[in-house]
Amino acid sequence: MTTETHDEAVDEDRRNFIHIATGSVALGGAAMFAWTLVDQWNPAADTRAASALDVDVSKVPLGGEIRILIGGKPFFVRHRTPAEISAAESVNISILPDPESDEARLRPKADGSLNKAILVTSGACTHLGCVPVGPSQGNTGDYGGWYCPCHGSHYDTSGRIRKGPAPSNLPVPNYRWVSDSVVNISL
Amino acid sequence: MSGHESKYTPNSAFERWLDTRLPIIRFANDTIITFPTPKNLNYWYVFGGILAVCLAIQIITGVILAMHYEASVDGAFASVERIMRDVPYGWLLRYIHANGASMFFLAVYLHMFRGLYYGSYKAPREVLWIIGCVIYLLMMATAFLGYMLPWGQMSYHGSNVITGLFGAIPLVGESIQIWLMGGPSIGNQTLQRFFSLHYLLPFMIAGAVILHIWALHVPGNTNPTGVEVKDVEKDTVPFHPYYTVKDAFAIAIFLIMFAVFVFYAPGVLGHADNYIEANALVTPAHIVPEWYLLPFYAILRAITFDLGPIDAKLLGVIFMFAAIAVLFLLPWLDTSKVKSMRYRPVARQFFFGFVVVCFLLGWCGAANPDAAVIPALQGEPSLVVNYTVDGAPASATYRGGAEAFEQAKAFMASLPEGTNASLAAVPAPTFAFRHLSLILTFLYFGYFAALFFIGLTEKPKALPESIHKSVLKRKPKEMGNAVPAE
Repeated sequence: MTTETHDEAVDEDRRNFIHIATGSVALGGAAMFAWTLVDQWNPAADTRAASALDVDVSKVPLGGEIRILIGGKPFFVRHRTPAEISAAESVNISILPDPESDEARLRPKADGSLNKAILVTSGACTHLGCVPVGPSQGNTGDYGGWYCPCHGSHYDTSGRIRKGPAPSNLPVPNYRWVSDSVVNISL
Repeated sequence: MSGHESKYTPNSAFERWLDTRLPIIRFANDTIITFPTPKNLNYWYVFGGILAVCLAIQIITGVILAMHYEASVDGAFASVERIMRDVPYGWLLRYIHANGASMFFLAVYLHMFRGLYYGSYKAPREVLWIIGCVIYLLMMATAFLGYMLPWGQMSYHGSNVITGLFGAIPLVGESIQIWLMGGPSIGNQTLQRFFSLHYLLPFMIAGAVILHIWALHVPGNTNPTGVEVKDVEKDTVPFHPYYTVKDAFAIAIFLIMFAVFVFYAPGVLGHADNYIEANALVTPAHIVPEWYLLPFYAILRAITFDLGPIDAKLLGVIFMFAAIAVLFLLPWLDTSKVKSMRYRPVARQFFFGFVVVCFLLGWCGAANPDAAVIPALQGEPSLVVNYTVDGAPASATYRGGAEAFEQAKAFMASLPEGTNASLAAVPAPTFAFRHLSLILTFLYFGYFAALFFIGLTEKPKALPESIHKSVLKRKPKEMGNAVPAE
């Protein structure tokens, strides 16, 4: 009974075709499905949609600040006093660990003018990501800006690092002036 | 050993019927009843059994806790409090689970030090050792994921630090970090995926444990002499009752200690900050991991210098992962053919030094990196007045409390105009924990390098001829009457 079938010539090409075709479908399918498994961990559409916020800066008291979370990340919006502005402007930039002028840390309004009173910065210390304390917590550090209690970094009234282990200034986020009193901050 | 003949004889019609269809009773009998085990195993060999119990405890309590836990940023903290206050015996289950993690790591560290001392990683047990390292890695991942679930302050900010480590990878780091967190920061989506993985990984550990035991049963156990079994009759005893009873006794002692923590000091190994709900806007002053990860945390923070294009942060991450990776390479780093440190007089001293280094690294991991190691030897900070005399810089130093400040102020007032006097507080030179951590980090890696060179030059002591000879030699008096059989 079996001799019959064994006598038949084996067509190697047909076998190879079946093997390669099946293997390709399996590998291609596995690769595509693997991409699904990896990509589903990326930020979802609603998470990405929540990554910008309009902030009414007219509510920020003079000399104070508000702290906001966008997508879980902290940001400071500070309403600086004239004294704080002049302190930020009068610093000799060449002595700074991360040299940056105060003006370079502000974003112009639609008409091109600067609102020097409103400073928008990230609220995460550039050392290890702690949230520094500021005017609302009653400690602004040695330079009048912010102080990070974790490892003692001092920031000035422009959010620039002045003393301590942090390597760079508090980053200025992407933001634009929507109107005279509203800024749109995005990640 | 895998080669040992099955001693199982089915005794009933049902057992005979089953044995030809699924020989599961034969398998169990050969694995845990008659398995020939070296007769000279000491109490350092009980931690394998203890670890199996730990895994079972964690899975049982964990599955039950998951029935009451809510994986959402709004509900997680409250649901854990509900478990503690409202769920019948919820407090007990959670305390067992939380302290169980610590007990699990305590046992695994003793198990690993045992392996390091008796050379359990050497041929023919390299695969057994590597599977053990994989289990340890899975344990650390599971513990980290689980620590986030209560959604306390330390959960949140600790997870921030760890996911931030991936951000240190050049070019792709930020994308990987966002991918891990599923958003710009740790949020609801992160908590949900961490919960899912925290539930999954223990079962992967269980799978790896099966491979670990399989790999153990091929060459059989090591033993304190490091001499392989030569004569199964003379050198070994059946696993049951000899080691089932010895392990059971050790497990009972271990569980008593476990219970002391659960009932009398359930919070002592945890951190008070984790009973404050997570708040992204307030960072705890001092972020520390659980005690069992402290040595690696110390290594991470010890690196404060850049090395060429690699910045300090990335270098710290590399060193931390290297501290674990080096364990995988250990079978090929140790060049000595002698397994047990008992017969390696030089390497033995280095081993004890290594244990001390691991403890000290843990101490450094818990400390503020900038604090003085020995505050008593800490010098006094000083006040320095910097000024210029005819264009050349000069300074004057003052020490000692408020008086020094007044003296410095008086001195500054006495200086003429145009000398640009300024006052600065200068901290005294400190031998801080980050310095100690750096030294210890190099000693940690140094141990593995030392094993390579010691193995080439060390003259080991004479090894016993066989396991049973070593047992008889150690107790000549008690065994005196029984010896003739030999």
